[in-house]
Formats: sequence, structure tokens, C-alpha cells
Amino acid sequence: MARTNTERARQSLVAAPPLVFLVVFFLAPAIIMALASLRYPGEFGALAPLVATKPGEEAGLTAENYRLFFSDSIYLEIFVKSFGIAALTTLLCLAGAYPLALLMARSAKRRRDLMVLLCVLPFASNFLVRVYAWMIMLGPFELLFTPIAVICALVYVHLPFMVLPLYTNLERHDPLLLDAAQDLGANAWQCFWRVTFRLSLPGVFAGSALVFIPVLGVFAIPEILGGIGDWLVGNMIKEAFLGVRDWPFGSMLSIMLTLCVLAIAWVTARLARLGGGRA
Amino acid sequence: MALLELRNITRRFGELRAVDDVNIAIEAGEFFTLLGPSGCGKTTLLRMIAGFDRPDAGSILLDGRDIGEMPPEKRPVHTVFQSYALFPHMTVAQNVAFPLRMAGKPAVEIATRVAEALEQVHLEELAQRYPDEVSGGQKQRVALARALVNRPRMLLLDEPLGALDAKLRERMQIELIALQREVGITFVFVTHSQPEALALSHRIAVMNDGRIEQIDTPSRLYGFPRNRFVADFIGNCNLLGATVVETTAHELTLDLRSLGRVVAPAAGNARVGQQGAFALRPEQVRITPAAAAHELRNHFVGKVHDLLYVGDVTTYVVELPGGLRLEALLANSAPGRARVFEIGETVRVAWRHDAGSFLPE
Repeated sequence: MARTNTERARQSLVAAPPLVFLVVFFLAPAIIMALASLRYPGEFGALAPLVATKPGEEAGLTAENYRLFFSDSIYLEIFVKSFGIAALTTLLCLAGAYPLALLMARSAKRRRDLMVLLCVLPFASNFLVRVYAWMIMLGPFELLFTPIAVICALVYVHLPFMVLPLYTNLERHDPLLLDAAQDLGANAWQCFWRVTFRLSLPGVFAGSALVFIPVLGVFAIPEILGGIGDWLVGNMIKEAFLGVRDWPFGSMLSIMLTLCVLAIAWVTARLARLGGGRA
Repeated sequence: MALLELRNITRRFGELRAVDDVNIAIEAGEFFTLLGPSGCGKTTLLRMIAGFDRPDAGSILLDGRDIGEMPPEKRPVHTVFQSYALFPHMTVAQNVAFPLRMAGKPAVEIATRVAEALEQVHLEELAQRYPDEVSGGQKQRVALARALVNRPRMLLLDEPLGALDAKLRERMQIELIALQREVGITFVFVTHSQPEALALSHRIAVMNDGRIEQIDTPSRLYGFPRNRFVADFIGNCNLLGATVVETTAHELTLDLRSLGRVVAPAAGNARVGQQGAFALRPEQVRITPAAAAHELRNHFVGKVHDLLYVGDVTTYVVELPGGLRLEALLANSAPGRARVFEIGETVRVAWRHDAGSFLPE
């Protein structure tokens, strides 16, 4: 008993610093954000005080921001569009990354490392530089400031986040399982679909989350490559904070976005469990 | 007509001939074993039968039909792999159902046949478990059920008992024999373990360096090895340098260098003056006190040089005149006695005139 106690004490000692870090820099800001979304905007940005200092001043807590969100369908439309764009980007990334990850996982050991290096190489140059590079590339095709340009850049930027988790998963598969499947009568497609793909589902989910969630928050790519109609949630949030300086409204949008992502994550987890569980 | 016929199969890997001009005919219903040390080509041969590898020369006939160009998924031959290769994302029942689903069988038939197959290997209760939730021996049985459920013409087993501990292996051997008798499917078994091969098989092909050394029943393989390699590989064997000095219809007289003449059973092709080895199993050597009466024609007096006690039997190493050493096996049938003779004791070794065999060089 005593030993398990010291063991536990040692474990919590190791776990404490990251835990404290998460509470201070993640949970606390989230709570501040949630509270900010329930307040009035300050006169020149920031937040109005909780207690009125001048007569007639808006102070204290209010649900006005949330009422505003549901009163105009434009916000909901942009939300739906953003989730649509994120889903499309995720699908395109998956379609592009899967064959690549499979090729990498089934290459000789030495070539694999080179391919992983090539995959992360784009990170060596600045994100904005790479997005501007797309302007130069898409310009001649008259695709600039269109949804296609936005999708192209979104897929390009997020592709490595899909390739790497897929590759780490596929690389661990026992090649003998495919021999066994083939031996028991499975053709090439059945080998892939019933064995390789099923076993790679954790990688598919991890990669999809790593693409889907960041795409929901982007604002630079639609701003640089998209037209005015290509605004996403990220642009609205950025505009609320930096443009019109309405912090409570921006906070409300952020909170709504977080809630939507959590809801989707929950539904996905439920679906994964219903769909036969272990993969 | 044999069920499976391998004709002049050769497989090269660069300079190496992994399988070298192999001819085997396996009958329907047989438990046939490919036995040999690691690297002898037995697994390569098995992979060619399964379809994972192609011979560079020769043909593979199943039911008289050449299946050389047929891909593995089309061959009515299933494999049990050494590491089992169970699908980790499927339950035991789903694993067993896999070949039936691939064959497009209706759901009702799949359900009944999976249940039957699981019953055959006594795994009914574990149907809903995942492979990582069952023991090694149980995994082995799942792999067997999965390979047998679609009733292949032939089952290939690639060292399937290699990963099990000794006690469990023995139990699985008994189960395997019973299972093969029950399902009546031809088994082709690959192993490097000669006791396993002797215990399980109807016939054994002993392989070495890609070639077949001998194909025979276990008892004939053990009793009448055709050459030095087989004699040495199957069981323990005294191998003594010998020259033929006389031949009759039933007997050979051999000169065992430094020891003198002995009588041995006739070997078909032995000629006077021929060099070779005289192979004699330790249990064929009788060991008695030097002074005791003896009636056997081959006998020599020597000293116990060493002994190895393993419980049921003791192996005595007897040094004979001229420095030749002979191993003799004696059962410890008297209770509580670990040894009958002591190191240094003078003893007589003797064997029947029809024991042992002459192996020409």
C-alpha cells in the first residue's frame, strides 16, 4: 500500500507542471472568454466595466451577444459554410494523403525517412510566404479570390497534418495480415478495405481532427486568396476583435465555435463506438 | 492420382538455390511434414504451394491441374501462420467468418459454419473476444478454425506450434492429430523439430540445402535413414566410419576401423570395398557388466567415459579400444536408481546383427 502511495505521489509530481500549465493557460482563458462573451463592449474596445461608473452606461452581464447571433441568419450561414469548407478540406486531404502515406509505409526503410523529411520540409518556410506563393501560382488561371483558391491553399497547408498520423499508423501494420487475408480468399480491394483501412481508422480520425479543427479557425487564407464572399468563422472573429473592436461579440463567436467542435467530437466518438468499436 | 504434386520445383534467390529440383507427391487425407533445419527451403516451398512465391522452374499440380499461375486468393489452400496473423480488429467469430465472407456465402450459412468451426476447436465461449484477449494456445486454435472453416482442399501449417511453451505444444500436437482425423483435410506441416514431425506425420520429407534427402514414414525414416544427414538429424545416432568387407543376401560384414568387424543388415547397393558410415541408435546398444554372459554377435568391451541422466533414461558414453566412443541408452526402470554403471567402470556393449544400417558415402 505504502509503495503504491509513493508511486502515486511521484506520478502526480511528474504530472503536476503540465497540469498547472494547462489550467493557467488554457482553462483560465477559456473561462475569461466565456465571461467576456456575457459582457458589454467598452467604448474604445476591450470590455465595459461590471458596475456602471457613469449614468446611462451599459454595465454588468448580458445575453445580448447570443441573442444577436441567433437573430440574424448570416452568422449561422457563415458557421455552416465554415464547417462545410472544413469538411471538404478534410476529405480532400484524406483522399490525397492516404495513397501517399500508404506508399511511404510500404517503401524501404531508407526511402521512408527521406519521404517523411520531404513532407515536413514546407514548414521550414513561413506560412504567409507559402500562401502568397499560391497567389502567384493561381493568378494566371484567373482563380484568385475564388473559393477554389481558398480550398487549394487550405488543402496544401494542412496536408502534412493528415499524412503524418496516417503514416505512423500504417507503418505499424503487420504485413503478414495481408498475406493471411489474401490466403483466405480476399482480393486486393478486400485486403485493403477489410484489413488495411479498418486498422488505419485511428490514424484517419487523428488526421481528420488535426485538419478539421484548425481549418475552422483560419482567417489568413480566405483573407489573402478569397473574395469577400469567402469569409469563414475565423475572419468574423478576427474582425470582431481587431476590426470593430467588439470583444464580447468576438468572444461569443469563439465560444459558439468551441461548442460546435465539442459537439462534433462527441458525435464522432459515439459513431466510432457504434460502428464496431475497436479499430 | 496424388492430391498435390510438386514436379522439379526450383527456386533461386540470386546465387542461392533455396529449393533445388524438388519432387513430392502428397496423397489426399495425408498429414505430410516438411522437416529440416532453418534455411533448408521448407518455408519457401510452403509459400510456393500457398501462392505467395513462384517457382523459377517446375510445376505445382493440385488435383492434376497446374496452379502455378493461380493467385493465392484463388487457391483452395489455406495457411496457418507461425504468428497466427489474426485480424486484431475483428472478434474471434469475425476472424473465423472472414474466409466465408470472402467466398460470398449467405449470412445464415456463415453463422452456422462459424459456430461449428469454433466448436471443433473448443472456443465457443470466446467467440465475442478480440485476439488480444485470448491466450497463445487459444489464438492458435482460432487460426486453425479460420483456416479450416471454408473446407480447403489442403491446409498448410508453417511452424504453428513454434510460439507455444513445451507442455502446451504437446497438448496441441495431440489436438492437431485428432482434428486432422476429424476433418479429413490434407495437412502440410512445416517444422524444424524432429520429435514434432515424428509424432504428427503420416509421412515426412526431410530437407537440407533446398533438396529432399528422404521421404518416408516416421518409423522407416528413424529405422532406415538413407544417408548420414537423415540419420544424424532424426533422433540421436552413433555414426561410425565403416568399410564393406563382405556381402551376402541378408548381411553385410563391415570393418569399423580401429574396432574390428561387425555384422549389419544388408543394404541394397553396398559393394565390397565401399566406404561409408555405420549408423546405430543408442537404444539399440545393450550395455551389460563386462563379465555377464552374452549371446549377441556384435559385442565389445569398453569403459564408461561419461553419462547423462535425464530422468527416464540415462545415456552412457562408452569408450572402446582405439578411442572410439559409442552412446548407449538404458531405461532407468528400477525405482530410485539414477544409474546402473559408474564412470570408469568396465562394461560390455552389444547389439543385434540386424540392428543399425550402413550408409554409403
